[in-house]
Amino acid sequence: MPPQRSTVKVRIHPLGDTALLAELGTRLDTAVNTRSIALASALKKRRDVRQAVAGAASVTVQFDPDQVTHVALAAAIRRLASKRPPMEEPGRLHRIPVVYDGPDLQAVASALGLSQQKVVEIHSRPIYRAFLIGFVPGWAYLGPLPDELVLPRRPDPRRQVPAGSVAIAGHQTGIYPLTSPGGWHLIGRTSVRLFLPDSDPPSLFRAGDRVKFFPIAE
Amino acid sequence: MTEVLRVHEPGLFTTIQDTGRPHAIASGVPPGGAMDRFAHSAANLIVGNDRSAATLECTLTGPGLLIEAPCLVAVTGADFDLRVNGAPAPAWIAISLRAGDELAFAGRRSGARAYLAVAGGVLGDRWLGSMSTNVMAARGGMHGRPLATGDVIAAGQSAMAAVTGRGLARQLRPRYGEHTLHLVAGPHISRLGADARAALFSSAFVVSPDSNRMGYRLEGPGLETSGEELLSFGLVAGALQLPSSGQPILLMADHQTAGGYPVVATVVSASMAVAAQLAPGDEVRFAETSIETALQMRAVQREALESLTS
Repeated sequence: MPPQRSTVKVRIHPLGDTALLAELGTRLDTAVNTRSIALASALKKRRDVRQAVAGAASVTVQFDPDQVTHVALAAAIRRLASKRPPMEEPGRLHRIPVVYDGPDLQAVASALGLSQQKVVEIHSRPIYRAFLIGFVPGWAYLGPLPDELVLPRRPDPRRQVPAGSVAIAGHQTGIYPLTSPGGWHLIGRTSVRLFLPDSDPPSLFRAGDRVKFFPIAE
Repeated sequence: MTEVLRVHEPGLFTTIQDTGRPHAIASGVPPGGAMDRFAHSAANLIVGNDRSAATLECTLTGPGLLIEAPCLVAVTGADFDLRVNGAPAPAWIAISLRAGDELAFAGRRSGARAYLAVAGGVLGDRWLGSMSTNVMAARGGMHGRPLATGDVIAAGQSAMAAVTGRGLARQLRPRYGEHTLHLVAGPHISRLGADARAALFSSAFVVSPDSNRMGYRLEGPGLETSGEELLSFGLVAGALQLPSSGQPILLMADHQTAGGYPVVATVVSASMAVAAQLAPGDEVRFAETSIETALQMRAVQREALESLTS
């Protein structure tokens, strides 16, 4: 049997003279994200690549232009992306206790036509995937969020969202690792620390990890 | 390790910086490091350091420093009117200082960031493989914060015998006064209409007061983008992000590691030295360039730095 090759359309764009963005898809999709993470780790092994970071459906590659041209690297990326990704080991599972008493819980429930209890039930049901670590230290874009809970971001972002806030927006959910501005809907809070500055890596979650929330009283 | 400098005037925002922690991007931690890598490298090479050694990055106003032990130093980057014991002193050249000397800056003449290298390299807290100061995480450099009065700065052992007088000639330095940054069109350039694209490359933008090591907000004509929301992707320094406000943000060394705003263009590596020297209120223009030209500009800078090691 010939080796199985899948048809993955990769769009590659320059980011200046020392980086490339390889887009593997445009939708939040576990298979595409798995391929992105596999492509990033394959690229990191190359001597001419300084850094490769997976996005939700993409890889951002920083390279040494003294060792490889962007054209040659783009060809290598297409070659690597067309290979079947190695069988993914299931990401580590994190169970996160949440007190569902966020300042937006009531507004979220009424906007969705659900009871607060139902919002909690739906939010804590799935095992989410950490699609991407980034934005601020330790932040993970978790998803996909069930369709019943999908809302656009708040029109007026808060100047300060407390660290540990559990939030939703679009098809994603996440936990604010640090007190920072934010436009997501705050439905709860957790005492689990996501940014661990004295560990290496300093993030509790890694791309591809799995996260399950469970409600607690306090 | 020798204690070489005592801070008696910290300056506006003086931090310990090296070449950053690029591997930490995967955890959402900004890469950090010196904003003007050319000036940082030049200062180090002039005093015989490896270019990745840590230096002091002095922002808009320089610090006042008392020399505690004999040392060889070099100041590069912005021109803040360097003084030694009150008398004008040359920049971009190695100068030998004695215990009791005073190094200070009389005031900003041009640029935004000056770099002070000490033979042996400035020492600071190492965090995730780098001594660069990350203020948000309060880690690295001088305990994760800018310098304060009374701080004492140590330097490592210098690998080379002190050579006073090594320097970088003016014609080999970046043209900091030319505020035109060269851009390569980015992944989402097609989201700009023809008018907005023309405005990007023909208008003057002003660096807003709301600009720092994370990025510069640029005030100018509104650049409208179209298209649906993007999935978040990894970002790089130099990326020109366009949020829905239409006012571009130029990402700098402490940039957010990922985002979902369109990146319409990226400043080429050789222009980042000039970008690092822009101060709030400065006017900046953009010129579209090819990757080939960008690499030629990069090679010119590399050769200038290599002239310091030959």
